[in-house]
Amino acid sequence: MANIEEEIQKRILILDGAMGTMLQRYNFTEADFRGERFKDYPSPLQGNNDLLSLTQPQAISDIHRQYFEAGADIVETNTFSGTTIAMADYDMEDLVYELNYESAKIAKYVANEFTQKNPKKPRFVAGSIGPTNRTASLSPDVNKPEYRAVTFEELRLAYKQQIEALVDGGVDLLLVETIFDTLNAKAALFAIEEVKEERNIDIPIMVSGTITDASGRTLSGQTVEAFLASISHVQLLSVGFNCALGAEQLQPYLKRLANETTFYTSAHPNAGLPNAFGEYDESAEEMQAYIESYLKDDLINIIGGCCGTNPDHIKAIADVSANYKPRQISVQAETF
Amino acid sequence: MPKDNKYLTLSGLEPLVVTPDTNFINVGERTNVTGSRKFLRLIKEEKFEEALSVARDQVEGGAQIIDVNMDEGMLDGVEAMTTFLNLIASEPDIARVPIMIDSSKWEIIEAGLQVVQGKSVVNSISLKEGEAQFKYQAKLVKRYGAAVIVMAFDEHGQADTYERRIEICKRSYDILVSEVNFPPQDIIFDPNIFPVATGMEEHRKNALDFFNATKWIRENLPYANVSGGVSNVSFSFRGNNTVREAMHSSFLYHAIKNGMNLGIVNPTMLEIYDEIDKELLERVEDVLFDRKDDATERLLDFAETVKGNKKEETETIQEWRNLNLQSRITHALVKGIDAFIVEDVEEARLSVSRPIQVIEGHLMIGMNVVGDLFGSGKMFLPQVVKSARVMKKAVAYLQPFIEDEKDGKQEFAGKILMATVKGDVHDIGKNIVSVVLGCNNYEIIDLGVMVPPEKIIETAIKERVDVIGLSGLITPSLDEMVYVSKELEKQNIEIPLIIGGATTSKAHTAVKIAPHYQNTVIHINDASRAVTVVGDLLQESNTLYKNQIREEYNKFREQFLSRTKQKEYRTIDEARARKFKIDWETTSIVKPKQLGVQTIHEFDIKSLESFIDWSPFFRSWDLHGKYPDILKDEIVGTQATELFADAQELLREIFDEKLLKAKAVFGLFPANTVNDDDIEVKVPNMCSSGFDSQSKNIKFLTLRQQLKKRESIPNFALADFIAPKATGIQDYIGAFCVTTGFGTKELAEQFEANNDDYNSIMIKALADRLAEAFAEYLHKEVRTKHWAYTENETLSNQDLIKENYKGIRPAPGYPACPDHLEKTTIWELLDVEKNIGVKLTESLAMWPAASVSGYYFGNKEAKYFGLGKIKEDQLKDYAKRRSINEEIARKWLNPNLAE
Repeated sequence: MANIEEEIQKRILILDGAMGTMLQRYNFTEADFRGERFKDYPSPLQGNNDLLSLTQPQAISDIHRQYFEAGADIVETNTFSGTTIAMADYDMEDLVYELNYESAKIAKYVANEFTQKNPKKPRFVAGSIGPTNRTASLSPDVNKPEYRAVTFEELRLAYKQQIEALVDGGVDLLLVETIFDTLNAKAALFAIEEVKEERNIDIPIMVSGTITDASGRTLSGQTVEAFLASISHVQLLSVGFNCALGAEQLQPYLKRLANETTFYTSAHPNAGLPNAFGEYDESAEEMQAYIESYLKDDLINIIGGCCGTNPDHIKAIADVSANYKPRQISVQAETF
Repeated sequence: MPKDNKYLTLSGLEPLVVTPDTNFINVGERTNVTGSRKFLRLIKEEKFEEALSVARDQVEGGAQIIDVNMDEGMLDGVEAMTTFLNLIASEPDIARVPIMIDSSKWEIIEAGLQVVQGKSVVNSISLKEGEAQFKYQAKLVKRYGAAVIVMAFDEHGQADTYERRIEICKRSYDILVSEVNFPPQDIIFDPNIFPVATGMEEHRKNALDFFNATKWIRENLPYANVSGGVSNVSFSFRGNNTVREAMHSSFLYHAIKNGMNLGIVNPTMLEIYDEIDKELLERVEDVLFDRKDDATERLLDFAETVKGNKKEETETIQEWRNLNLQSRITHALVKGIDAFIVEDVEEARLSVSRPIQVIEGHLMIGMNVVGDLFGSGKMFLPQVVKSARVMKKAVAYLQPFIEDEKDGKQEFAGKILMATVKGDVHDIGKNIVSVVLGCNNYEIIDLGVMVPPEKIIETAIKERVDVIGLSGLITPSLDEMVYVSKELEKQNIEIPLIIGGATTSKAHTAVKIAPHYQNTVIHINDASRAVTVVGDLLQESNTLYKNQIREEYNKFREQFLSRTKQKEYRTIDEARARKFKIDWETTSIVKPKQLGVQTIHEFDIKSLESFIDWSPFFRSWDLHGKYPDILKDEIVGTQATELFADAQELLREIFDEKLLKAKAVFGLFPANTVNDDDIEVKVPNMCSSGFDSQSKNIKFLTLRQQLKKRESIPNFALADFIAPKATGIQDYIGAFCVTTGFGTKELAEQFEANNDDYNSIMIKALADRLAEAFAEYLHKEVRTKHWAYTENETLSNQDLIKENYKGIRPAPGYPACPDHLEKTTIWELLDVEKNIGVKLTESLAMWPAASVSGYYFGNKEAKYFGLGKIKEDQLKDYAKRRSINEEIARKWLNPNLAE
């Protein structure tokens, strides 16, 4: 079996692009979301993209396939909201295990298909672990700053369930992403460490934070360096940023990150900033140019796209990345 | 190319990297309830805005990390830590720095770790409880993503030599790095800074050993850091800031040179190293480096020459005897020295035309100084009580002269009635307040304990008192105070009321008492406030003050009622379904070796000494901190040490002359839980030797938690720790009552007759401690001999105090079982009154007061918990189970009923 730790030393690895953007093209209706199985489900289900792994598995595997064809080395499972906390919106807490397990299976099946075709370019599946829709270090009520809508313990348990299902489904690595609140991410990392210990396994971990705006901080207020210090207690495959900003806006923060960390670095920016209609209209070529600037600055080991990106963007990014060497990290002789 | 460093890197909203280039990292320590009385008060009163400003001041003042500590007996540490850290998280100007989560309790540390997003520091862990515990905690600290302070402390104690320091640090380091895989740069050693120049031979090398150990750590334990609390080093020069500041600067200078890179230093207590007087610096460094045999003496000599030093030595005593008369009297009062007071007062009497003028003049001038010092926090309660002793002796001497004169009555500032309410026997706090007010020239009418409301009202009217003070300790006293206030109102009495005692609170006073009484009602939580409050109440134009108080309490009541958290509860049936489940098939149940009731009459009280938990003793004197650390405390250390010496002296007397009698009765019985919450106890049939079917049954009724908690946490009742009858497994329970109170009252009266309130209060405080110690002792005897479920238990006294043993001994009236009525069942079961003479008052307080009663649960899964609030449905059910009407049940359980 191919090992991502080896591949990442050889070349820049390409991560896939947006799942949601691609799903919009299908214009699925409420009935499509429900499928036969959830025909009579009491709550509305349209918009529950994770559910499509059960009701429209063909669409999900097609999208994975398109990204692999565009040159992606890693695709993300369709599990961004696959926790009991996020699924509470649809009253689907009980489905969490199945959603994650099946999504992992689908992605892994497609990945194997491509690896078999070209064993020299092995493909990987990253279990996508989103931020949930609650924050552990911010109060949703300005009049009650000490209040929290979710506790560390609740997050830890919810993440643990998702992680176990993803691992059972066969993912090659875990991606804790779109981190608005570092404390949520710490709960996810805590749960990963527990699962690793309980099952006596090792699994590579990618961590990807989100710088929300030009303040250069996460939503929970941390600077790039503070964020890095807060998550570096776990042995990570990579640390990076995704979402909220386009490739151009992200570059200075990526630079600071790459300068500080001995982990590999990743980025999957949006296709620019949204226009007046909330759409992302940065073209594949434009994005390619910004990414090339990352490459020239030697900032990147894993690169892909977030909101608004599609297989065209990924192909453009993969093409240009092939011309560059991955970022080198000095692995000094460890005294310990 | 990224930097591959191994530097300690912490973060709040911003990073803090500790590199060889960063200066010493200063940790702010004012947000620590054990070190700051102000912060403790703010947290207790939930004045979080102000508490946050303490944190903000630290950060603005340059603290690069803030230490947060909520270790205080009266606080729910987990909740206080969680709430305060959550609040900090919403203040970006504070949250930018990393947090040091400081607690001696792991659960509080873990609660803190769960609410900080940044990389914090845990303060602290150590090998004190053994390797297994150390590794477990280190692993979790790492998993939560924090750095850690490791104390140089192991199973044998705290490291106090160079060799022990490096031995423990090396061992800790090896375990952390090799076995736990803890990043070495995230380890911060605290190799213990201890005082120097104490006059004790074994303290001579304290500073030098610290420097050398620090150097050794930095050279031999790669990437590890060193930290410490600097102010400890100058402990023996308390009161002499010039010397202390010089010692801190010099110590810090050398400690940093040897590699200390973090620490707790009060920036206002630091002299600039280069500006230290050269001669002083030389003498300080002689001490720090133990360079001369007489280094300590030389520094002491120098200290004498520096202003602000107050040492009590033979020569200096002689010296104050040369002062003028008024200064001598003031000095004697402030210092609590009664050796010369009669001769000084006699001299004063001869100098004035009427003896009363000595009281109104000389003595009051001195007591005003005492009052001012106490009010500004420069004197502590035990000192004030000693001052009172001197005052009383002086007044007693003058009394016959005053009585010889016509209308030679003393003019008092006011008349105060003090009483412990009906049904309650606890009076230590009340006596302290009486003494303190007495010192301030108030006439005290002390009606004692168990005072019925009629007597309070009658005396108040007859004596025309200015203020009524009500005190009590047990929860039924709260209702009694409400009753007294209603009676006062009925009779149109217009005398301000002050409320105090351990279970009273501003909330209870504002919500339950103030609305019933037109005149002023004020809650006073410590003796020092009593003087100002009474002073304000008795000033001539007090309307404004009274209105202010009324308004403050109205506002407080509104806030309290509106902020009452909307807690969710389960029905009693749901709660029972979620009971704590022990696996009765596998759990070990040991049949007691000796079933039935036993009594102890002749007991050598001396053997209790090692079982005494001293911390609450200091608390009863308003000195806050843990024993033995309190003896070295920055603020109250000297006073605590002195108080402790006095206590030891009286304790010796108690032991040698057998002044107090210890008695106990206890019993072990077959028992099973029935109907979820009741414990059916089989009582031996006295006519036969065995426990046959004719034996009668007695039921203990337990109460069950109803608060809705997380899914995984059960709703506890004590009955959960005993096997249900339905399992067919025979289980057991015990009950006990111990007392060390016989003799206390007589002794206290003797002391009072000698105008010695200090020892009168002391004897009661000691009797309380001895009773607790007796309960601890007896519990051990029961565990190892009578029930004998842990025959080979070896626990230190510290372990006992921390309750690190198997099985529990909850006491009715305390959090797990707040129902005082259970005492009547214990009395019936053990025939307590007949066997050892301890009685129950109408409020079910025990008399003598220094008594403890409770149950024994032997299952290894039994643990202490707090009942919390219960709902109406349980109340109804309980009334039925106890066969009393609901209103009576409501009266007893009132403090635990959810609103």
